Amino acid sequence: MSAVFKTDETFRDDFTFRNSPEAIRRFPLPFPEDRYMYSVNMEPHGPGPAGSVTQFAFDVDEHYVAECRERALVLAEDGLRFQALPHMMSSQWDCLELIMESFARDYPSHFSLNKHGNEWHWINRPLNVDQKFVFGDASTLPLQPLDYIGRQAQGDFVVMDQREGDLWIEAGMVTAQADWSLDFDIGMTFKEWHGPVPLAHEMNVFDRALKYLLNLRLGQPVRRLNWTMTVHPRLDTSPENYPHWGRDRSSVTAQNAGDLVHLRVELQGLWRLPRSNAILFGIRCYLISVRELATIPKWARRVHRVLAGLHPALVEYKGLARYRDAVVEWLAPYDDGSPTSSGTSPE
Amino acid sequence: MNDAQTLAVQVAAIEQVTPLIKHFTLKSVDGGPLPAFSGGSHIIVVMRGNLRTHRNPYSLLSAPHRLDAYEIGVRRMEESRGGSHFMHDQVKVGTRLEIAHPVNLFGLDKIARKHLLIAGGIGITPFLAQIEDLRGTSVPYELHYAVRSAEHAAFLPRLREREGERVHLYYDSEDQAIDFAGLLSEQPLGTHVYVCGPAGLIKRVVDTAHAYGWPGSHIHWEQFSAPPVGDAFDVFLSRTNITVHVPHDRSLLESIEGAGVEVPYLCRGGVCGFCQTAVLELDGELLHNDHFLSDAEKARAKSIMPCVSRARCKSLVLDL
Repeated sequence: MSAVFKTDETFRDDFTFRNSPEAIRRFPLPFPEDRYMYSVNMEPHGPGPAGSVTQFAFDVDEHYVAECRERALVLAEDGLRFQALPHMMSSQWDCLELIMESFARDYPSHFSLNKHGNEWHWINRPLNVDQKFVFGDASTLPLQPLDYIGRQAQGDFVVMDQREGDLWIEAGMVTAQADWSLDFDIGMTFKEWHGPVPLAHEMNVFDRALKYLLNLRLGQPVRRLNWTMTVHPRLDTSPENYPHWGRDRSSVTAQNAGDLVHLRVELQGLWRLPRSNAILFGIRCYLISVRELATIPKWARRVHRVLAGLHPALVEYKGLARYRDAVVEWLAPYDDGSPTSSGTSPE
Repeated sequence: MNDAQTLAVQVAAIEQVTPLIKHFTLKSVDGGPLPAFSGGSHIIVVMRGNLRTHRNPYSLLSAPHRLDAYEIGVRRMEESRGGSHFMHDQVKVGTRLEIAHPVNLFGLDKIARKHLLIAGGIGITPFLAQIEDLRGTSVPYELHYAVRSAEHAAFLPRLREREGERVHLYYDSEDQAIDFAGLLSEQPLGTHVYVCGPAGLIKRVVDTAHAYGWPGSHIHWEQFSAPPVGDAFDVFLSRTNITVHVPHDRSLLESIEGAGVEVPYLCRGGVCGFCQTAVLELDGELLHNDHFLSDAEKARAKSIMPCVSRARCKSLVLDL
């Protein structure tokens, strides 16, 4: 996407975040059919169609500058949103390299990276950054490597060390999360981290996912979509800030649901990191209001049916119990009962 | 993986470092950098011979931060299905080969307080890369290296030059043996032990460590089993609906691949479990040679690692 950055939109207070018509059409709808249940829905993270959110390894879209500003605000309020245990330094450099190389290769008009051995020169034009540093020498950057590059990318990042036949959450930058806390989870194993997820454990989803990830290969990243809903276009729905957003859920009515409630989709990417043998877990959050969604007739019918038929345990876990019915009621006039084509394309 | 995802490399240098071991330096055909990796990683080398294609795993021994070339050491195996002979006899400077991206099934534990590295013979190769990761860290480590005799001590000059006194050398020819009990009974808490080499060495280290109460999570070993030769047999692939003949000197995986059927694999040495395949019917016995399935799973005979395991059977049906 040759993005024109919407530099002044906000994800708090007056919530001026909006999607352009182009951003709506490329939204990664996570529902290929009219009903939803968990699956180990991982696929190779190969290049998707031109203009789609999966065209490149890391998507930079029209919200890039505004999201980076929101991230800086969250980090200024709460320094624990970035954490890295001491043994994760080589994985931090792996992450910095992966993101800088991807950005410079895929968006050459916005980013450039010049290397002379370990002497690197990074330019980020949208954020007005020009940095020379020595790759591998943390004293030559103003921040730790993942802290440094995480502030210049959209989406949350978690780095998992691999040892003892398990994955351990031991570094991350998490400012746009759907009600989970890096500070609480750091040091946990993969299954401990996912402990609160209902139903999936009984389905052995995490046994299979862990086995799959332990064998994740260098150069062959994978991805999956996850989703929930959020009131207002609020990126930071963290447990730490629950007092700021928890009460929003009781403000939803069948009249205002289209504007207040947003579908929140996470494009989750997983990369084996070369020097550390760790795994980078990228969680890129896309927001779209129900009203914006409903501008695509197929999606309005699809989301109406998915929400109406959602398993009660998932309604509870995703925090939708207070307003799911209001959203279903708001969408009902858009669903004439006609069939929807399979898959997620707008038509 | 499959062969579509390989990297094209060219042999840049070959050195005979012991009577049995050759040292190969590989560079990418396009001259560009190879992927970074972590110490303990191996690559699969795809060797396309006239009669058959060999795919053998070899540990990377070069420094992980060096991206202009990969280095491997190849020991000439007496009982070979041909891969090591191909590397020794057919491959010259300039030969083009295909390799898979590095995979690490023998990584250093990053929270270890000390690393104890024990190598036997060609098992030195993964440690050569790992000590490059370790040097410069504040975590202590020791390397114990057992070989038949001085002339078989591959890569010793490189080790001496870079590691000095941290290398403890043992020559069988001079009746020098590693004091396993002494070594494993006196390590500080938080030490991890890593062993790579012949099966007997690995067993001694693992058994001794267990006997001294080491936690299993602190004991690491890697042994790529070469697929053993054995009696020929036939296998029926139920999904593909074909019968494949497995000759005495080819592995089950190689034979299935030779019939044009792709099986996902990573290590080809019975370690990773990636090629695990369900056994649907069996009249006879499975000859398990992998290190992945538990003894109970092996006895159940419901799955097999075709990379190293075979069968002695009248009939065998696999879910492929």
